[in-house]
Amino acid sequence: MGKVLMKGNEAIGEAAIRAGCLNYFAYPITPQSEVAEYLSRRMDEVGGVFLQGESEVAVGYMIFGAAGCGARVFTTSSSPGISLMSEALSYITCAQCPAVFVNIMRGGPGLGGILPSQGDYFQATKGGGHGDYRLFVMAPASVQEAVQMVMEAFPIAEKYRNPVMILGDGLIGQMMEPVEFPEDLVVKPTNKDEWATNGIGNRSDDSPNLVKSLFLDPVQLNSHNLMLKAKYDRMRREDVRYEAYNTDGDYRALIVSYGTMSRVCRTAIDFLKEEGLEVAMIRPQTLFPFPEEAVRDAAGKAGCQVAVSIEMSMGQMVEDVERSIQGRCPVEWYGKCGGEVPTPEEIMDVVRGMLKG
Amino acid sequence: MQSEVMFAGFGGQGILLSAKILAYTAMEAGYEVVWIPSYGPEMRGGTAYCMVIMSDRPIGSPIVKNPMHLVAMNRPSLEKFAPVVKPGGVVLINSSLIPVRSQRDDVDELAIPVNDMAIEAGSVRSANIVALSAFVARSGVLSIDDLRESVKKEFARKAKLIPLNMEAMDRGIEAAQNA
Amino acid sequence: MGKTFKRPEALKDNPTHYCPGCTHGVIHRLVAEVIDELGIRGRTVGIAPVGCAVLAYNYFNVDFQEAAHGRAPAMATGIKRVRPDLMVFTYQGDGDLASIGMGEIIHAANRGEKFTTIFVNNAVYGMTGGQMAPTTMPDQRTSTSPFGRDVQAVGMPVKMAELLAALQTPAYITRQSVIKPKYINRAKKAIHKAFSYQMENRCFSFVEVVSTCPTNWGMTPLDAVEWTENTLLPYYQLGDCKTPEPREEA
Repeated sequence: MGKVLMKGNEAIGEAAIRAGCLNYFAYPITPQSEVAEYLSRRMDEVGGVFLQGESEVAVGYMIFGAAGCGARVFTTSSSPGISLMSEALSYITCAQCPAVFVNIMRGGPGLGGILPSQGDYFQATKGGGHGDYRLFVMAPASVQEAVQMVMEAFPIAEKYRNPVMILGDGLIGQMMEPVEFPEDLVVKPTNKDEWATNGIGNRSDDSPNLVKSLFLDPVQLNSHNLMLKAKYDRMRREDVRYEAYNTDGDYRALIVSYGTMSRVCRTAIDFLKEEGLEVAMIRPQTLFPFPEEAVRDAAGKAGCQVAVSIEMSMGQMVEDVERSIQGRCPVEWYGKCGGEVPTPEEIMDVVRGMLKG
Repeated sequence: MQSEVMFAGFGGQGILLSAKILAYTAMEAGYEVVWIPSYGPEMRGGTAYCMVIMSDRPIGSPIVKNPMHLVAMNRPSLEKFAPVVKPGGVVLINSSLIPVRSQRDDVDELAIPVNDMAIEAGSVRSANIVALSAFVARSGVLSIDDLRESVKKEFARKAKLIPLNMEAMDRGIEAAQNA
Repeated sequence: MGKTFKRPEALKDNPTHYCPGCTHGVIHRLVAEVIDELGIRGRTVGIAPVGCAVLAYNYFNVDFQEAAHGRAPAMATGIKRVRPDLMVFTYQGDGDLASIGMGEIIHAANRGEKFTTIFVNNAVYGMTGGQMAPTTMPDQRTSTSPFGRDVQAVGMPVKMAELLAALQTPAYITRQSVIKPKYINRAKKAIHKAFSYQMENRCFSFVEVVSTCPTNWGMTPLDAVEWTENTLLPYYQLGDCKTPEPREEA
């Protein structure tokens, strides 16, 4: 099948179906309601499940229930909706159920706005809900990459028995780009008989399965948390992803940027190159696990005078950049939010200014 | 080589659709494309605008301060975007609804009565196709024949609208060539 | 002589943690007996609430999921929608269902989700230590209504069965009790009916069970039974609130 021109939101819905996920629960919220609109029709065509829940709170638990009985399942929402689902994310992570959550971020805090933003970096990578848990967080920079990440998210969620979050922004959801649905990304679901509540009679042994998050015994809860931590450490070892841009030669500054923002930075880097100023970029494709080594190595290269985290937020990812670089070079932040997206020209000025100062 | 086209007008003027047909035509011709709408409450009856970026290389920033071209379907759109069009670009002005001009002498200004032409073609609803065809014919960003195929494909499910839109296209192309 | 009284297969051989005089054990048993009688143990999934029954999975010998507070109906919806072949029941208390989970139960009922809810109403929060619930009676003293429930300030107790029965979507909604043997027999029949409706994919089914909480009421088990009979049952009247239309025979 050749390329088709699709809106990000619709492509995300289609990608899940292609990946073999035929179960979708959601609540409408701008700027991602097109996913639900698209799937309300498509799930009917493919014999899947579409249900519009009464709230994001309820949807979070519909996902939990469905994932708990072994089904591939996903939802999509936007920032305020993800806040409401964060309770369920904490429970699902503790109960070790695989599921996929897509956040098409809008400006916050509060009701905020409906335009693209990256203000949910902390929420996605450091919590949102309570307790020691992590999501596997992927950040697409194009509609095509959103498709691929959605398709890959299901096997990753199953590998770790942990929710995966796709962290996009309003532009990824709203813009149209040509996309393909790579068939080699389709992976058969894992066998979940060991833990899923799919009915005792449907399994070979006769003992009930239990999907739960309550551990009243402190020794048990501690060891459960250690086991979860071991999974997060394994994510750090095995599944860090990033793209390095213009890192081969020498450069005077390093940009760290993700998602839509990184595309703007790429254009700024191209323009600066024409002026004779070399700037490199590390674009994290996984925000958790964060590409710490890649950022550290790139910032430590001789001649690199400054690293700058450029975000559509008020200085969130920069904390991970600082943590990664460990003082090897000065770390700066630049960003705008609420739907204001820095232009390539602005970023060029920012980088030039930082090198002068 | 990258070029950007800003389509702007009232909600309901078919801005998003004509931009989509252009993007589709570019994709079929082998270009990288991005179609970026304005969205939100402004979709409903207010100003709608939509940018199409096409390039022979992967497209970086989807945010473009200075588009190469502008198709302005109403006066607020012209006033907002005409000053930022790159020198040498095409500025198409729907003179049925816009009594003023771009005030630029470094762009290729094309003022044609898009709404009146669409009514003559059979329906004012084909105004977006008149404007799109005139723009493509004038700017030469894509082949007119390719565009014709895309328009037919877009209306394939409402085939009875194809003759109207072909007529709209003919009028748009003719106006672009004669203006 | 054969055994005339034995543990249902759908119950594990574990002593419960429930207080003396608590009716959870009886209700667990009734549900387990119905699961056995219908032969559905192999495809049943229970959902535990947050409340005294949070550990219900230690007693039921079927697959179980544990919900967050109030969210059991949403979880049951998720399971039932993706696996309609499974038999799903939620087991919820009055704080869980009538307070924090009011939204989830109403919407699940209104969608006509094909699962069964066992709603254990004892007019008080149990696990957290006897605080006022939406179902607490007027003037009833609890740890957060030390002067008695003031209906001017917090309204009247919520009658969940009647509330759900007011929805237009067909359902089986009934209120039962288990404080005396005659009530237990009727409750068992109601639970059987509720699961049967689910098995036939007919409708949402809801069995409210008016129960006791001697510990948090500060009563002996016997006094608790008397108080239930004299105070709760006149307000929470027993019987069917709603039944689905009889099916047309093919």
